[in-house]
Amino acid sequence: MSTLSKRVRFKKAMSRHWQLYLLVFFPMLTVFLFHYIPLWGLQIAFRKYQSNKGIWGSQWVGLKYFIQFVNYPNFFQMMWNTLRVSLYSLLTFPFPVILAILLNDMKDNFFKRAAQMITYAPHFISTVVLCSMTLMFLNRESGAFNTILTLLGGKAQDWMARPYLFAPVYVITGLWQNLGWNSIIYLAAMSSLSPELLDAAHVDGANRFHILWYVYIPHLMPTIIVMLLLRMGQLVSVGFEKVFLLQNTLNLDYSTVISTYVYQIGMIKGQYSYSTAIGLFESLLNIILIVSLNTISRKVAETSLW
Amino acid sequence: MAKNKNRIRMDRSSRIYTFIIYALVTVTTLVVAYPLYFAIVASFSDPNAVAMGDTVFWFKGFTLEPYQAIIKEPILLSGYRNSLIYMVFGTAYNMMLTIPAAYVLSKKNLPGRKSIMWYFLITMYVGGGLIPTYLWYKQLGLVNNPLVMIVGQGVSAYNMIVARQFFMTSIPDSLYEAAEIDGASEIKSFFRIALPLAKPIIAVITLYYAFAKWNSYYAALVYLRPQKYWPLQLALRQILITNESAFADMSDISNTDADFMLRKMYMVRAMKYAVIMVASVPMLVFYPFVQKYFTKGVMIGSVKE
Repeated sequence: MSTLSKRVRFKKAMSRHWQLYLLVFFPMLTVFLFHYIPLWGLQIAFRKYQSNKGIWGSQWVGLKYFIQFVNYPNFFQMMWNTLRVSLYSLLTFPFPVILAILLNDMKDNFFKRAAQMITYAPHFISTVVLCSMTLMFLNRESGAFNTILTLLGGKAQDWMARPYLFAPVYVITGLWQNLGWNSIIYLAAMSSLSPELLDAAHVDGANRFHILWYVYIPHLMPTIIVMLLLRMGQLVSVGFEKVFLLQNTLNLDYSTVISTYVYQIGMIKGQYSYSTAIGLFESLLNIILIVSLNTISRKVAETSLW
Repeated sequence: MAKNKNRIRMDRSSRIYTFIIYALVTVTTLVVAYPLYFAIVASFSDPNAVAMGDTVFWFKGFTLEPYQAIIKEPILLSGYRNSLIYMVFGTAYNMMLTIPAAYVLSKKNLPGRKSIMWYFLITMYVGGGLIPTYLWYKQLGLVNNPLVMIVGQGVSAYNMIVARQFFMTSIPDSLYEAAEIDGASEIKSFFRIALPLAKPIIAVITLYYAFAKWNSYYAALVYLRPQKYWPLQLALRQILITNESAFADMSDISNTDADFMLRKMYMVRAMKYAVIMVASVPMLVFYPFVQKYFTKGVMIGSVKE
């Protein structure tokens, strides 16, 4: 009965709203064609890919490639490289919140708008330009950073040749690029703060520092938690584009992360199945991570992504 | 009297607070601005002065030589042209798919809306990844085909959600109801009512797509081998990072005169600064005018349903 009524309802909706369904049909089609079919192609992680047989005809090998990856001698080093970059990035999390609070408390004037304009700007620079600026500034001979360091009495160094500096460089340049941009969302959240609450706090004798701590921070908490959740969900995945550009032969021991390894194995070495298995392994870790974090957050902080 | 004293104390705390705020924001702004400023100055100054650290604050030995030199780099020009083409057509393609999807999903009473929403949302969390996508695109004939830079998934879930949020909150239902009474079809009310009112969000999403297209190099790295199809960013990578360009070879090893070598090396560096400037010109020119649209997009996107 219920299936019948479902079908009837479906027919009714179709005849009434067919134009809307038509409008959404083509977007759905491209998503199917360019996203869901490759998703289905993930099965080559469980097959031994042979180009003459294609994805659907190659032989099944079960978990072979996953086991191969976990037993890879550099497996833990790579996982740790990935985590290191993520954890360092997490340290920069509070800065945009602080900037938003500062900007919020400034009078709306030329100075404030100039500060916003300038701090948002690096967000629009491409990763290639950002990385090449980084490499040029840190260059041993006459890189700007070294030049200034020498003027101040320091010693010029080849910063990118030091593997352990890879994560700090990655994170600091990331902070430079996104500090202002990431503050916008908190600034938006601040604008919903009711003036009555602030007045009440004033009447109760709260000074600016009290307001900062007892009014602003609690008000921003839900936004902070959501952003933190999004951030933590990416803990075991570091984007390819920037790491790939900052990599060099000297820092590979610290700069090989899962995404660059997937590229290396797949596109350079042509081991399609193995590369896919590694990528899938990473995605699974991420999904487990984000679902569990979301569950914990919903229970503990009553805030969640979905 | 007591009240007065209280007010003075509060004033002092506010004044300290205000001072701290302005000091911190000033320092932050200067630190963020400096690398950009330095790159501009370095690209227009005498390369040797840059190397000596004479341009830390201001231009020295103003020159356009690096700019004149980089025009000889062929992949830079073709990259520029390709990127423009990919950006214009790619953005148009994305917009034609994203805006209708966002509009349809903003209809609160549409049966199946939730499932369709999830259909798009899932793409944010799971995907085929590098190789399965590559193999499929190869089958479609998109590898080494510049069309790959234009067509594709079409709908970025995030952008779609932002646009949908706008449709849901900024266009009153009564307008659609009135149109329905007047006998307008659903497609007609999309084109006649929703689209004209959605100009602000169309601007925002267009900019999002356009900047993403202009700035990314990943797709081209994976799918496009022939240099003639390369977008600007991939050409930049070649010139600036892997150093495999015509002008990097200027540090010719047959000439062993150390001073000459050093000059050449400085010149190459100055040219790199010039390349960075040329590549960022579209951003530098448009950014001040469009900044508010980008900000608006984040604001709309941050409001939860």
